Amino acid sequence: MNDNSILRRRRRELVVGAVLLVLLIALPLPISDVTTRNIMILTILYAGLSQSWNILGGYCGQISLGHALYFGIGGYVSTLLFVRLGLPPILGMLVGGGVASLCALLVGWPCFRLTGHYYAIATVVVGELGYLLFQNWDFVGGDSGVYVPITANSWVDLQFGKEKLPYYYVMLAFAALTWGVAWWVEGSRLGFAWRAVKDDVIAARSLGVRIFPSKMAAAALSGFLTGMGGAIYAQYVGYIDPDSVLSSPLSILIALPAVLGGVGTLWGPIIGAAVLIPVSELSRSYLGGSGSGVDLMLYGLLIVGVALARPQGLVSLLGWRAKAGGVDVRPA
Amino acid sequence: MSALLEVRHVSKSFGGVSANVDISFDVAQGEILGLLGPNGAGKTSLFNSISGEVTPDKGEILLSGQRISGLGPVACAELGVARTFQVVRSFDSMTVLENVMVGAYSRASGMRAAMAAAIDMIAFCGLEARADRPAHGLSPAEKRRLEVARALATQPKLLLLDEMLTGLTPTEAQSGVQLVRDVRARGVTVIMVEHVMEIVLPLVSRAVVLDLGRVLTIGTPAEIVRNPDVIRAYLGDRYAAA
Repeated sequence: MNDNSILRRRRRELVVGAVLLVLLIALPLPISDVTTRNIMILTILYAGLSQSWNILGGYCGQISLGHALYFGIGGYVSTLLFVRLGLPPILGMLVGGGVASLCALLVGWPCFRLTGHYYAIATVVVGELGYLLFQNWDFVGGDSGVYVPITANSWVDLQFGKEKLPYYYVMLAFAALTWGVAWWVEGSRLGFAWRAVKDDVIAARSLGVRIFPSKMAAAALSGFLTGMGGAIYAQYVGYIDPDSVLSSPLSILIALPAVLGGVGTLWGPIIGAAVLIPVSELSRSYLGGSGSGVDLMLYGLLIVGVALARPQGLVSLLGWRAKAGGVDVRPA
Repeated sequence: MSALLEVRHVSKSFGGVSANVDISFDVAQGEILGLLGPNGAGKTSLFNSISGEVTPDKGEILLSGQRISGLGPVACAELGVARTFQVVRSFDSMTVLENVMVGAYSRASGMRAAMAAAIDMIAFCGLEARADRPAHGLSPAEKRRLEVARALATQPKLLLLDEMLTGLTPTEAQSGVQLVRDVRARGVTVIMVEHVMEIVLPLVSRAVVLDLGRVLTIGTPAEIVRNPDVIRAYLGDRYAAA
């Protein structure tokens, strides 16, 4: 028996992750086109968001379709703290993440009593509640949203005017953080508990795994990271309203890269985002203008195609072990 | 010798159907106890009460003198009760090693410690060659061994085996019997549910026979096979007199 198989795999993942990070740091340097840089920024952001979702939806197997709530709360909290109290967003994103995390616990408390599809439906409803609440709440700008005040370019305020490159690196730092957290989770006691909860609750608790607290921990961590993502997104676009940061299509968009790439895998969200976001943005700019909806059809076909051909996600094409589906795709 | 497990007047019914009625027996430290009975006798229900999965309606269950009934499966696991399942419940998205590490993490702190403990148990159960394979690809006999390895990784005092030998080929069953003996040799007390008398009786020191939720008799294997009530429960009235 190879007694270090897990350690060796984890070391290899770290090396691949580091190489990928270096490549991604260098990638935008030769590209000056604003549209392309915008797509790259969104791709990296969604890779990070979907990795955050993956912690709860992938590793722990609790399919949340309301993650826009945590994204929106992170964005609103950091932006409002900036507008009303002058707290710089670099700190605001931590507070935003913290509030989103608390909110995830609050949602988890009743919802984790449900399982499977019932849990997923409950998260849709809670997400929609958040959307309606913010739309009708004047203190947070209601329907018309909140503008981020323009200040001098600075890393503390995460403001860089028309420059795209620094935003790209902010997003990259966020995505790298989520990847690092997921990597740590895979080896930790919590990560093993989460995967056990996903596979078989009864077997898990017979081995001493506390089911409810495990789910709550996954929700808190996932909510925190998603909230951070919402905060930096608000700084990037400069304006947030319920439609742009709390709507239910956004919840789907946060989950999709992980689902397409491979649920509960380290690389799935990254691969999924790298395919999905450029396709979505490019098809919208080339095909969406006429209002014919061809871009959405293309997008839908892509998802259906992957679901039919590779239910384990795109990650299984690469020959890496697709953990979520439990299929060892390497030749035996 | 003090009893490791004491079952005291345990009753449990589900929606008016009595699964267990006033069941009492002791299990001594280091014993292999058989829990026998025809289908529907209440064996698995009793396992569920001992492992904390369900709470008995009446009566109590003590482990080393401490009450464990009603504490729930997690507390029972922490206090030293581990189990396998009649219908195998492996974590199918994980490898064999990862499956056993879930159990090991209940005692170990840190990944290396959990991994070392898991590797020990995998070797003990003869699954070394399968350690890095996904659990869903194992044969039924291997999955049963995986459940034993996973349960032992929680360092239990008491191991409950629910039909671990049922449905295996004679060769597989024989090596399963050896595994149970090895488990006992580690100092773990075993209760095993089985239908198949000829496999269980040579293995156990005593057996409890249940029928229709009640204790029919408790005794050594030699006493069990001669007991007319047992013969009646298994074969019907016509054979009891013979």
